[in-house]
Amino acid sequence: MIRFLSNTGATLRLLLIAVGASFKLFVSLIKLFRPCMRRFNLVVEQMHFLGNYSLAIISISGLFVGFVLGLQGYYTLQKYGSESALGLLVALSLVRELGPVVCALLFAGRAGTSLTAEIGLMRAGEQLSAMEMMGVDPVARILAPRFWAGVFTMPILAAVFSAMGIVGGWVVGVVMIGIDAGSFWGQMQGGVDFFKDVLNGVLKSFIFGITVTFVALYQGFAAQPTPEGVSRSTTSTVVVASLFVLGLDFVLTALMFSL
Amino acid sequence: MQRSKSDVWVGLLVIIGAIAFLFLSLQSANLLTLNWHSSYAVSARFDNIGGLKRQAAVKSAGVVVGRVKEISFDDTKFQALVILSMDNRFQFPKDSSLKILTSGLLGEQYIGIEAGSDAKNLEPGDMVSSTQSAIVLESLISQFLYNKAADGPSGGAR
Repeated sequence: MIRFLSNTGATLRLLLIAVGASFKLFVSLIKLFRPCMRRFNLVVEQMHFLGNYSLAIISISGLFVGFVLGLQGYYTLQKYGSESALGLLVALSLVRELGPVVCALLFAGRAGTSLTAEIGLMRAGEQLSAMEMMGVDPVARILAPRFWAGVFTMPILAAVFSAMGIVGGWVVGVVMIGIDAGSFWGQMQGGVDFFKDVLNGVLKSFIFGITVTFVALYQGFAAQPTPEGVSRSTTSTVVVASLFVLGLDFVLTALMFSL
Repeated sequence: MQRSKSDVWVGLLVIIGAIAFLFLSLQSANLLTLNWHSSYAVSARFDNIGGLKRQAAVKSAGVVVGRVKEISFDDTKFQALVILSMDNRFQFPKDSSLKILTSGLLGEQYIGIEAGSDAKNLEPGDMVSSTQSAIVLESLISQFLYNKAADGPSGGAR
């Protein structure tokens, strides 16, 4: 009984420590926005690493998601004789939902894991401690540029994803199935609202960028300095980031589109 | 050297993102046709607006000439009060009439405006008096059934 209680207490305490430490890290990363802008080269380097190398997977997956949406949407819509609404279906589901979310999941898998592994290995190799010894703040020098690079990169990638998806839907719907191109684009343009749909999608992807990058950085920063610990952190980056993205997506959708 | 190389690639990334965003906003959300023109407000009362929504189009001869700005209920006359914002480029005579129409069989509802013959044009704040409600399927069917019954037993009974 006492062991059970003490175990519960220890777990709770660890959880609280994690919440507290991550909050502290988050606030210091936000505070480091201005210093990062002053040394923008560091951010650009990380944007290159996070963004350009993710571009291929993001655009190819966007294209295929668009293909599938085109096929599945056509199958459902033609039952009601309204295939011409395919463009609207593809565009709305990509811009509002799939673009930001799937892109964030891919980003967590492609870029988040590499961030966690990199920082976890720095921790394991005691490079972070060495920097502290030299009087360099590792949060400012290592974490903050990566954080802001991730935050800036994510909306770009999500926009690319959505655009590629719409192109994919167009390829399947108009080129392969033969829906009238005019009604494909016309219905889309009639139904997609710039402020309500496109800008809210961008806002979503911005928030997901903060979430995924922060989770990845925290997991790397708080990793056990052993090979096992780094691998465990890398795994939990994907798990935690995906869960956060999907949960936040529900909340954001409810907030944005119910009003 | 290394740094300038990554600068180039990041610049490319940002440009690709900007192109994608422009594509989304221009090609799919059709930002260009968003109404940047000034408009004037005209109101109208309808007995029944059916499924008319805000932002629905106001069309004349099939061309969009305005949008539905606001829909509210007038509880003194028990009618729907619809405020339209009409594009300033298009002027209509004072005795124009409004109809609520449906595009396609299950499509969106919109307002059709038919020009009258008055010499004066609609002014901001005017009320259009001649309106025709949306057609509600149930009342159409019941009207049809009543007419059928009034015709006598020739059609329905064996």
